[in-house]
Amino acid sequence: MSGVRHLYVHLPFCAHRCGYCDFVTVVGRPNEHERYVDAILAELALERPLLADELDTVFLGGGTPTFTRPAALVRLLAALPRAVEVTVEANPETVTPALATLLREGGVTRVSLGAQSFEPRLLRVLERSAQPEDVRRAVYALRDANFDNISLDLIYGVPGQSAADLERDLGAALALEPDHLSCYELEAKPGTRFTHTFGDELARQADAMEDYLERVVERLTGAGYRWYETANFCRPGAPAAAVDFRARHNLAYWRGRDYVGLGIGAVSTLGDDRWRNSPGLARYMAALERGAGPPRDHEALDDAVRRRERVMLGLRLDEPLVLDGAENVLDPEALERLQRLGLARADASTLTLTDRGRFLGGGVTAELLA
Amino acid sequence: MDQQHIRNFSIIAHIDHGKSTLADRILELTHTVSAREMREQVLDSMDLERERGITIKAQAVRVDWKDHQLNLIDTPGHVDFTYEVSRSLQACEGALLVVDAAQGIEAQTLANAYLALENDLEIVPVVNKIDLPQADPDGAARQLADLLGVDPARVLRISAKTGVGVDDVLDAIVERVPPPAGDPGAAGRALVFDSSYDQYRGVVAFVRIVDGTFTRREQLQTMALRTRFEAQELGFFSPGQRAVPSLEAGEVGYVITGLKEVSELRVGDTITSQRAPAAEPLPGFKDVKPMVFAGLFPTDSDQYPDLRDALEKLKLNDAALFYEPENSQALGFGFRCGFLGLLHMEIVRERLEREFDLDLLVTAPTVAYRVSAPGDGAIEVHNPAEMPDEFELVEEPYVKASIIVPKAYVGAVMELNNERRGRFDHLEYLTEERVHLTYELPLAEIVLDYYDQLKSRTRGYASFDYDVADFREGNLVRVDVLVGGETVDALSLIVHRDSAYGRGKALVEKLREEIPRQMFDVAIQAAIGSRVIARETVKARRKDVLAKCYGGDITRKRKLLERQKAGKKRMKQVGAVEVPQEAFLAVLNLGDAQR
Repeated sequence: MSGVRHLYVHLPFCAHRCGYCDFVTVVGRPNEHERYVDAILAELALERPLLADELDTVFLGGGTPTFTRPAALVRLLAALPRAVEVTVEANPETVTPALATLLREGGVTRVSLGAQSFEPRLLRVLERSAQPEDVRRAVYALRDANFDNISLDLIYGVPGQSAADLERDLGAALALEPDHLSCYELEAKPGTRFTHTFGDELARQADAMEDYLERVVERLTGAGYRWYETANFCRPGAPAAAVDFRARHNLAYWRGRDYVGLGIGAVSTLGDDRWRNSPGLARYMAALERGAGPPRDHEALDDAVRRRERVMLGLRLDEPLVLDGAENVLDPEALERLQRLGLARADASTLTLTDRGRFLGGGVTAELLA
Repeated sequence: MDQQHIRNFSIIAHIDHGKSTLADRILELTHTVSAREMREQVLDSMDLERERGITIKAQAVRVDWKDHQLNLIDTPGHVDFTYEVSRSLQACEGALLVVDAAQGIEAQTLANAYLALENDLEIVPVVNKIDLPQADPDGAARQLADLLGVDPARVLRISAKTGVGVDDVLDAIVERVPPPAGDPGAAGRALVFDSSYDQYRGVVAFVRIVDGTFTRREQLQTMALRTRFEAQELGFFSPGQRAVPSLEAGEVGYVITGLKEVSELRVGDTITSQRAPAAEPLPGFKDVKPMVFAGLFPTDSDQYPDLRDALEKLKLNDAALFYEPENSQALGFGFRCGFLGLLHMEIVRERLEREFDLDLLVTAPTVAYRVSAPGDGAIEVHNPAEMPDEFELVEEPYVKASIIVPKAYVGAVMELNNERRGRFDHLEYLTEERVHLTYELPLAEIVLDYYDQLKSRTRGYASFDYDVADFREGNLVRVDVLVGGETVDALSLIVHRDSAYGRGKALVEKLREEIPRQMFDVAIQAAIGSRVIARETVKARRKDVLAKCYGGDITRKRKLLERQKAGKKRMKQVGAVEVPQEAFLAVLNLGDAQR
């Protein structure tokens, strides 16, 4: 059976927009949640023919999906196609035992908690309202509701964060025994309030924080986690028992699979076509209420672009990239040089980065791409 | 016109002492230029000349004054063009020596005054700017009188700005400057004192007829280079070109030659007739050699053909400019250019950037070295990268430097000259306050921001001039800069052994700041031969990742990497190391800030 097997749903609502955030978010608007879910379901109906009957993964991202009013969320979950993995992003302070149960009963298999830090001072810098206690309570509530795949997000490289702060955060996260961890270096994204306030300070700290990624990788792999993607770690699975804690949905992105995205700002990629829904909430809902598709921008992807993307994404993983034509977009001299420097290894059909190559993955990829 | 009614003169003055203003007034007073046509610095046609208040090309303009034909030959005043100045002076019988009433005599005035005296010119001393509140006409007049050994009463006092006294200047030219004394009946001889290029008519020679008569359509030749051509047109400047059927002994004017290259007609050469040639050329022809060299590279390698075309065009009007292709592994394709001096270099660079819209990277200026290498004999080295690793003897050009400075700064000047390997020659009080110092200095020390240093250490009061004297043996070494083990050819220097360490250290320190961290440690070294004298390391990056990448931001992240790749392509590759253009720029600019 053909058809796209990965579905992303964007739930933009948040209690507060954090200073560093550059996602498509909408603050508050509790009265719009039901209407928005209706619009999502209308878009789903339009795109249903693109999707396989049975999906592999569904991912509800935000925004803060769990800030969406529970009734609307329940309705959405019930209407979404079944999938092997259904992930919901959640902010710790929103996760009550009741919500955990609601998600579990709605078919959610995996929850990704935006913990970010366990240090109140840093949480204030990030404008996160959850306290370290909220994270612990949320994890317990999810475990109590029988979630056996919980992920924590951490942010490092926060202005004022010392190496000791980072180690404490990692320790606190590990103490909760998450099945999966995403650790992101804070990016000062152009145009955000955060960059305006802290950009200069971050630039000053850049040298001191240069080894934070190494520290993260060392600590987490030391605790038995697998560094399977540049910013992602998981408990080792049991391949024999088909237990794998890697984020199945995100793996699909990194392996260059097609996906459909629903909701404002959501992106879909299907063959040589990529489209992004426009980010305006009102226009999105109005279009779907008229029975029309949402306003979109399309981008044509030629073969070379798709191959470049496959290299860029695939080299983030700890598994060899199967070239399968991608060798045509590689710079052979650069490949030679990078192998000499001990950053990459290639054979006739695959390309793999060494650990040091992965720490320099961005630069290595830029250099490799012809 | 008979020679008794001709006067040929030039104006000698320091920058800003009012030469161009005086020329403007003379043109007005003699009705050569109507009030409507008048503008400032009317003889200086280049933008650069107007902006800097200097004259780069010589001009010759004929004016009428009380039944006399006066020819004003306006010369470039700068030391770089000493040869051109001396040829212009040779075309005259007299010179106005103009001094600012508030400033007094400056080094350049002095140098050109001596040049005029050597050419047996009648010097008419003029104190200008007597209208300025801080003027000291008596003091300035006394200095001039002392210098020339004349009665202070013979010194004219004028204000070129207001016009006061300018008619006296014209009268003095007629009275004091002797008429030309060539032989109107002899075989024709004309001195070429400058040339320009007209894109439709070819090379235009600026000439002073010494003997005989030249007529239109006459077949002519030059006596040093043996170039043959026909006089397509003869004429004089007023200030525009005015054609005449003939030019006679004593007159100044132009000859349109139809030649296609200025190099075929050199300043100082003598033009004579092919049919009845003169037996002897006029004295003084010299093949001027460039003394200062630098590599010129386009910052964008696509501009290389444009740079080549631009140099060709400049060369049309500037026979002293020398260039040949140079290929640097660090900077790509460019040209090694030779200049008469630093000002000449600066002017060429500015004209290339402004008139031809080029972005240039200019390597540290160097001088011509004479190197005796075993086996090769003596060679002249214009590019440090060409300096052989082993040699028996290196000689470098020395100059005789002349510095005039208020006495309070004598110590500072001496200190600077000592740092620059100078040898003290002579000290003389021009007045109670002003001192004239002469030194012998290696030219290499002067091309490295000497003038800026002199200005800053004397608060701008020093004036400076120099003349290349000879070549002398020097304890010189080549310092190479290595990045990641590879020599960066464009950064090699020839320096005195005593300053090798300091220069090398400054270079590697600056490069360490400018070279971005790479995926591996990068050693930056300064070395003499195989001996490393300074070393720095750019530590390898430890992390370079895109923090996250999911379905929604694949396009953006891909574009980010593509931009990063494009940025890498813009960098210059030294071995495996990527060096941004700015790093070379910063290092090449180091000379200015270093000492």
